Amino acid sequence: MDRWTDGPARRILTAGVLTGALLFTACRREERRFRELPPSTTPTTVRVSALQPGTMVDTMHVANPYENNAYAQTEGQRLYNAYGCVGCHANGGGGMGPALMDDKWIYGSAPENIYTTIIQGRPNGMPSFAGRIPSYQVWQIVTYVRSLSGLTPAGSRSARTDDMMMYDGSQALPKHVAPKQSFRPPASEMP
Amino acid sequence: MSEQIVTSPLADLTTRPGLADEAELTELAVTWAPRPGFWGWLTSVDHKSIGKRYIVTSFIWFILAGLNAGLMRIQLSRPENGFMGPDRYNQVFTTHGTAMMFLFAVPVMTAFALYLVPLMVGARDLAYPRLNAFGYWVFLTGGLFLFISFYLNMGPNTGWFAYTPLSGPEFSPGKRVDVWAQVVTFTEIAGLVAAVEIVATIMKLRAPGMSLNRIPLYVWSVLVVSVMIIFAMPAVAMASTMMLAMDRLVATHFFNQAEGGDALLWQHMFWFFGHPEVYIMFIPGLGFISSIVETFTKRPVFGYPVMVLSMIVTGFVAFGLWVHHMFATPIPLLGRTFFTAASVLIALPTGAQIFCWIATIWSGRPRLATPMMFAIGFVVIFIIGGVTGVMIASVPFDLQVHDTYFIVAHFHYVILGGVVTPLFGACYLWFPKVTGRMLSERLGKWHFWLWFIGVNVTFFPMHILGLEGMPRRVYTYLPEMGWGNLNLLVSAGAVVVVASVAVFVINVLVSWRSGVVAGPDPWGGPTLEWAAASPPLPWNFHHVPVVEGRSPMWEEAGDLPIVEGLATHKREMLVTTALDAVPDSRHDLPEESIWPFIMAVAVAATFIPAIYTPWAYPAGLVIGVIAFAGWAWPRGRHPKHQVTAGRIPRTEPEPT
Amino acid sequence: MLQVNQSVLHAAGPRAASTEHLWWFAFIVAAVVYVLTVGALFWAIASARRREREGELRPEHAHDRMTSGVGAGIAASVVILLVFLGYDLSVARTRDPVPKQHPVTIEITGRQWFWDVTYADTSPHGRFTTANEIHIPVGQPVLFLLSSSDVIHSMWVPNLAGKKDLIPGYTQSLWFQADTPGVYRGQCAEFCGEQHAKMAMEIVAQPLTEYRRWVASQSGPGAPPADSVTKRGQEVFLTGTCAMCHSIGGTPAGSHVGPDLSHLASRRTIAAGSLPNTRGNLAGWIIDPQRIKPGAKMPPNMLEPKDLDALLTYLQSLK
Repeated sequence: MDRWTDGPARRILTAGVLTGALLFTACRREERRFRELPPSTTPTTVRVSALQPGTMVDTMHVANPYENNAYAQTEGQRLYNAYGCVGCHANGGGGMGPALMDDKWIYGSAPENIYTTIIQGRPNGMPSFAGRIPSYQVWQIVTYVRSLSGLTPAGSRSARTDDMMMYDGSQALPKHVAPKQSFRPPASEMP
Repeated sequence: MSEQIVTSPLADLTTRPGLADEAELTELAVTWAPRPGFWGWLTSVDHKSIGKRYIVTSFIWFILAGLNAGLMRIQLSRPENGFMGPDRYNQVFTTHGTAMMFLFAVPVMTAFALYLVPLMVGARDLAYPRLNAFGYWVFLTGGLFLFISFYLNMGPNTGWFAYTPLSGPEFSPGKRVDVWAQVVTFTEIAGLVAAVEIVATIMKLRAPGMSLNRIPLYVWSVLVVSVMIIFAMPAVAMASTMMLAMDRLVATHFFNQAEGGDALLWQHMFWFFGHPEVYIMFIPGLGFISSIVETFTKRPVFGYPVMVLSMIVTGFVAFGLWVHHMFATPIPLLGRTFFTAASVLIALPTGAQIFCWIATIWSGRPRLATPMMFAIGFVVIFIIGGVTGVMIASVPFDLQVHDTYFIVAHFHYVILGGVVTPLFGACYLWFPKVTGRMLSERLGKWHFWLWFIGVNVTFFPMHILGLEGMPRRVYTYLPEMGWGNLNLLVSAGAVVVVASVAVFVINVLVSWRSGVVAGPDPWGGPTLEWAAASPPLPWNFHHVPVVEGRSPMWEEAGDLPIVEGLATHKREMLVTTALDAVPDSRHDLPEESIWPFIMAVAVAATFIPAIYTPWAYPAGLVIGVIAFAGWAWPRGRHPKHQVTAGRIPRTEPEPT
Repeated sequence: MLQVNQSVLHAAGPRAASTEHLWWFAFIVAAVVYVLTVGALFWAIASARRREREGELRPEHAHDRMTSGVGAGIAASVVILLVFLGYDLSVARTRDPVPKQHPVTIEITGRQWFWDVTYADTSPHGRFTTANEIHIPVGQPVLFLLSSSDVIHSMWVPNLAGKKDLIPGYTQSLWFQADTPGVYRGQCAEFCGEQHAKMAMEIVAQPLTEYRRWVASQSGPGAPPADSVTKRGQEVFLTGTCAMCHSIGGTPAGSHVGPDLSHLASRRTIAAGSLPNTRGNLAGWIIDPQRIKPGAKMPPNMLEPKDLDALLTYLQSLK
């Protein structure tokens, strides 16, 4: 019998190479956490403006726990629709509210900025969802909103929804294609 | 044909005293010598070497998928069990189904065919040896991709048939379903390769005199199946590799109702493949039974034309059944009626075959060796699945038991009874041919009885569970449903099945090293593979035999005519005509080559990164073109590789 | 625990009954065919071995006897299969069409992982929405219009009829009739994601008067709070996370993400048939649904004990 017929050494080698390649991409992306504990840190002292008197104090950075997580992105998309975000922001193109697909972020695009925007509300019509949406769901929505501008890794974004597409493959748009500034609210509604 | 026909002592074409030319044999050994070492294994194009590793690899996937089943049974043994959560369970049952259907059931059957068909038709190798190697490497890639993904929490989790929209981009986040789609790609490529090989070999490389009505029933079965594969597999490859993968990667809308697509389209395309797929698995099993029954009753199967026509009719009608998987969807009443009628009537050809086997046994001299026990076990187990299959052809009844454990019971009975039981019998029958040693009969009996009891204890109660309302693909169930005791019994039966397979694996491992040595023909079989050595020499037969009946090893009383004149200084095969196997021309075979492996790497480099980016396709195409160039490069006019085609002269024997 | 009989063999309506008869016919025929065929096999083995022991090589007139044997087998199979086919088609084609008289039409939308039920009525104010528990009048055919808002589900109540799939983009119709009053459990029968296993429904078949009374009670808004604890509970509901997903008639809560709760207290089960509707179960479900249905769309809700208590009192007042 040919000693390579079973080929255990060769199989292990091939398996190892493939494993190494996939290992670093699969773990964070494919995880599905159903039971989230309340977060240990909640961003409450996030600064919205870069203007500060005296010495610049670094703003508090809170990492988005779901940055590379595919399940969180689709959950964020579902919640974005369910909680009525589409009513003002459409599927990212904006309407009554500013566009979320472009690269103009009135209150900042870092995860903690978007988190506090949702929780605290903002002038000119953005409601405050504190106490209405659990913290981990807000992070999921944060992940989805960032993906609309292509700020999250491409591998965890899904290409489309099963609804009518207002903008084809909006989540799959690479960063440079996302419109620079697709909607400008009227002057009376500007912050 | 009028090559100089000489005769030789029965069953021993490898020695032939009197006509044995030492120089001839030495030259054959040099011409057909396999390359040594790891490189030789990587570049091998010998159908037996590739067939062996194909079979072993398939059985490894079988064992891994079986372990998945064990995990499922542990979870389901008690209600509200906490052994696995729903997410893990979904991956486990999907990987179980996908591996069993795509990586085990069909590939092991094609692997057996790739090994046995040249031996049974008297050829030296398959028609396209390098293509065969390529098919194996692609198959291996598919299996590794699936199981590594599964162990990395990236295993597909939407069932082995991945209905849209659940498997679409919105409801299956991540790359899990993309892995599934590409595993299907790899297995479909491997399947199509094997089908092409088998059809070409059977139609053109048969021994002279082996007209189509003289080929063994097993060879008929794989011929029918290969044609079915060619028609069926493109449907699922298109659906998964192209349409679903594109929906998930580049936002096409094939299965998106809102944009003009259709979620039901997936089901039609999948089941158009899916139903013939189960007959693709099952019909070679019927071929195995014919071989076993012939060998162990010492008479050819009764009713050869009925047997052949049954297989052809089954293969044909199998394409007209697929909607019976979709009775709960919006199919018009007339459509449902048609598919009910077809699904009921397909039982008839298989029934005819069973009656012919019973007649054969009745008029023969049955010997209850292990392969024969498995053949009997096939009848006893499979018919239960067959009759439940006729029941669920009925729309009202199917609408009650569709997607319940009744269906799980049905298909496990037909698969375990109709595919795996004959497969085990075939292993016992041909193990001596492949390895030169016999499997232990004692362990074989243990294997058989554990298998028989285990399968029935595991799957019979599932009929009752289905009728009691237990749906399938559930990770748990409520205690008040009353399903707990039967589920516990089923899980206990699964333990027996695991034990049975363990006994088989032990039998194989022990016997391969130290089993009783077998000669060329330990069972006294009727077909040509028993004329070759055990294990066969790389060139299978010194001289191509000439056949004058359906059971060449039994009919030639003492002498088996042969063909002289094929070259021994280069690898050459005799090509004969498709219907009557009249010698037609000669065909050069390629030497060992690394290009099939490189081409398989190109395929892997195309389809695995394709789950991340569409740029993988052009990149992989470049590698593929390079590999193809290397593969197809002309072989030059070295004397060893000189091609001599043309007809063999009808009057003069060809000087050697 | 109550023993539930979600069985195909406990038919409570005409469709399930005719299918059950078909099953018994098929089972008996199949059993006979099986015994005869396997019996023939063992008889053939025994016969051949006996012949071998007695020294005969071949049976007499082997070829003719085998031909007639196989021929008889094939002929018998054809007859049996055609008889079965005929019986089946007669059942399938007569039971399938929707009866012209179907006083009740119910629209069901399958959602991950519950049943969104709307009682259709000719007058707009007669329509109402509920979830998972469906009441029907005994002895009358009920028509269901089935669709889905996400993936493919399948509605299956074994005691009453076969299943139909709920496919997004299609509206399918399913009808059945219950002939005896009772509670009939059904379950989703098409794999639809993580909690496919716990997506059940209950069909409650009632005599006509009781049914009408139930319809009347369901049509109105949820009961307004009667005392301060209940009022506090309604406040908790409306100012917390609950109102983001659930609707209660007569209150500002109108979201259709989750099931309608207007008359939650009138239902026998919660969480799509996963738990009996008791105060304790409701508390556990509200605090941590993921413990009971991991992967369900409802998040955990950390409530102060007093708030939880008030909320439960309010929810249990919604009859």
